[in-house]
Amino acid sequence: MNGLADEDLALLLLIRCFERKLLALFAQGELNGTTHTCLGQEYVPVSLRPLLRDSDWIFSNHRGHGHYLARFDDPEGLLAEIMGRKGAVCDGVGGSQHLRRGRYLSTGVQGQSLPVAAGVALHLKRHEPGALACAYIGDGTWGEGAVYEALNMAALWRLPLLVVVEHNGIAQSTPTSAQMAGTVAGRAAAFGVRHHALDDLDVAAVRREVAPLIEEARTDPGPLVLEFRTHRLGPHSKGDDVRPPGAPLIDWYAAYRAAHPAQSARIEAAAHDRVERVAAEVAARPPASWGGS
Amino acid sequence: MRVGENLNRALHGLLRDDSSVYVLGEDILDPYGGAFKITKGLSERFPDRVLATPLSEGAIAGAAAGLALAGEKAVVEIMFGDFAALAFDQIMNFAAKSVTMYGRRVPMPLVVRCPSGGHRGYGPTHSQTLQKHFLGVPGLSLFEVTPFHDNRAVLDRMLALGEPCLLFEDKVLYTRPMYGEGAVDELFAWRPVDDVAVVELADGGDPDYTLIVPGGLVHRAVSAMRTLLLEHDLAGALLVPSRLHPFDPAGVPELVPLLARTGLVCVAEDGTAGGTWGEHVAAGLHTRLWGTLRRPVALVSSAPSVIPTAVHLEREVLVQDTTIRSAVLEGLHG
Ligand SMILES: Cc1ncc(C[n+]2csc(CCOP(=O)(O)OP(=O)(O)O)c2C)c(N)n1
Ligand SMILES: [Mg+2]
Repeated sequence: MNGLADEDLALLLLIRCFERKLLALFAQGELNGTTHTCLGQEYVPVSLRPLLRDSDWIFSNHRGHGHYLARFDDPEGLLAEIMGRKGAVCDGVGGSQHLRRGRYLSTGVQGQSLPVAAGVALHLKRHEPGALACAYIGDGTWGEGAVYEALNMAALWRLPLLVVVEHNGIAQSTPTSAQMAGTVAGRAAAFGVRHHALDDLDVAAVRREVAPLIEEARTDPGPLVLEFRTHRLGPHSKGDDVRPPGAPLIDWYAAYRAAHPAQSARIEAAAHDRVERVAAEVAARPPASWGGS
Repeated sequence: MRVGENLNRALHGLLRDDSSVYVLGEDILDPYGGAFKITKGLSERFPDRVLATPLSEGAIAGAAAGLALAGEKAVVEIMFGDFAALAFDQIMNFAAKSVTMYGRRVPMPLVVRCPSGGHRGYGPTHSQTLQKHFLGVPGLSLFEVTPFHDNRAVLDRMLALGEPCLLFEDKVLYTRPMYGEGAVDELFAWRPVDDVAVVELADGGDPDYTLIVPGGLVHRAVSAMRTLLLEHDLAGALLVPSRLHPFDPAGVPELVPLLARTGLVCVAEDGTAGGTWGEHVAAGLHTRLWGTLRRPVALVSSAPSVIPTAVHLEREVLVQDTTIRSAVLEGLHG
């Protein structure tokens, strides 16, 4: 793997350490409810980070911590949201799956965000040409009708809608092979929508590959589906992985660490320390208070 | 002016006065102008902001919510209100939730228009009034078109709320005239109290009973009131709110005498009984006016059935003026 700038690796490992910490906090009974970690998929939002602009909207989903941290350097606010502590991004109301900050918004209902993103893209096309709406969805979410209604509308109206598919081959417990007939590419083609699939886990290579496509989606509006063939390392939420233990999992970090051990060790230690500090500090905060409806 | 024309003019005025307003729906472009012609002329005048959509009620509602999220305002036409079921997730789990679920209030100026109701022979899936399925959702208000309330004011009010609103429109009303100031007919007059149109005998006096109905039942209610007066010598009052939910008539001091001192309060609505708007209103009245109500609130719903297509079968299922009249007589004397 190509070497990464410290800044990129630091963000990747911040997300990795953050997610590991969440699972640990759950195991210790410190967290309530549920959460979905993006272990193994961190490089997707990190790759896209410099290709997206502040004026772009981002629609995230249930597996959205990496999306959020790639947009905002705010592990404190995110953890406070997940722990229901003061300083929470959404006062503890939304929790892990329902975040909103500026032009970043996540929802916990699969597929729901695509029509909304299309509406936002319509506004952007008219009032802020060049900006786009980016929606992250998983492979399983291609079972939802909302996805097709939105793709059709966005293609008809030539809306600047970037659909980032994190195709990790599984939805909760169901492998893609048991839930998707055909392919994402075929479905995009049916709507005359641009589609590009990537297997690469290398941030620099991903950026090189997708930068011109995203640029084109801005200057010649219309939906673009970017399909990342990626790998979910952890459970769907917590302690609910029914895949056979020991099955080979592809981890960008294992590969990177092997190629760049010294840089990895140094930056991972820093990320780990930061997350530990954040966790201790946030845990000590008073409960979040909500102004109410 | 007919109700449909009033609504059409309201949309024209809204689009003219506020360049952030969009209207979206199926088949709403000229020359067709919408299945019920309520959007006639809009697309010719405002081609950029009046958008014909594919048959995708969920995405229409979702895209409208996206526009609202991005700072615009959106009015959606669901061709037949029955199809709001296909937009339920976007309305209930996205648009309404978003107002409060992100901690700080997110303004969501969005109106979903739902042409509703039967009496036109459209059959089981094109004749319903779905209010009850949308009741009590935080961040969601329900309104209904009436022949009393100017629709421009109603639209302005809904958009100013900054939360999604459903506007139910009884299709039968479209061709009925709006009541001008004061007179309903030679017997009855109306006046606005808060957002409630109050219809009473023109020569005053305390009513023997009071009806509460959404806009779509006004003509059936007034017809029942005429018969009750002329054949049974019973004077009635009628309350017609613009906003159906939340709605708290007992919280309006001027309405309390019409509710507490009258012989019977009867709430009539379209749709089958069971978890309905009328039951909700009745529960509120029982709680708020316990001890002063003369009798339990009477309820009128349509028969527990799908709505048949054939005219004689449909008539048996839907609420008629005679259904309301019988309920009042039974409530007072039964
Ligand atoms: C409409 C809807 N149905 C079901 C769920 C429960 N659920 C949450 S995540 C998930 C699997 C999603 O799979 P995928 O889209 O592949 O995303 P991944 O979890 O793999 O990132 C399911 C079924 C949901 N949140 N929303
Ligand atoms: Mg998946």
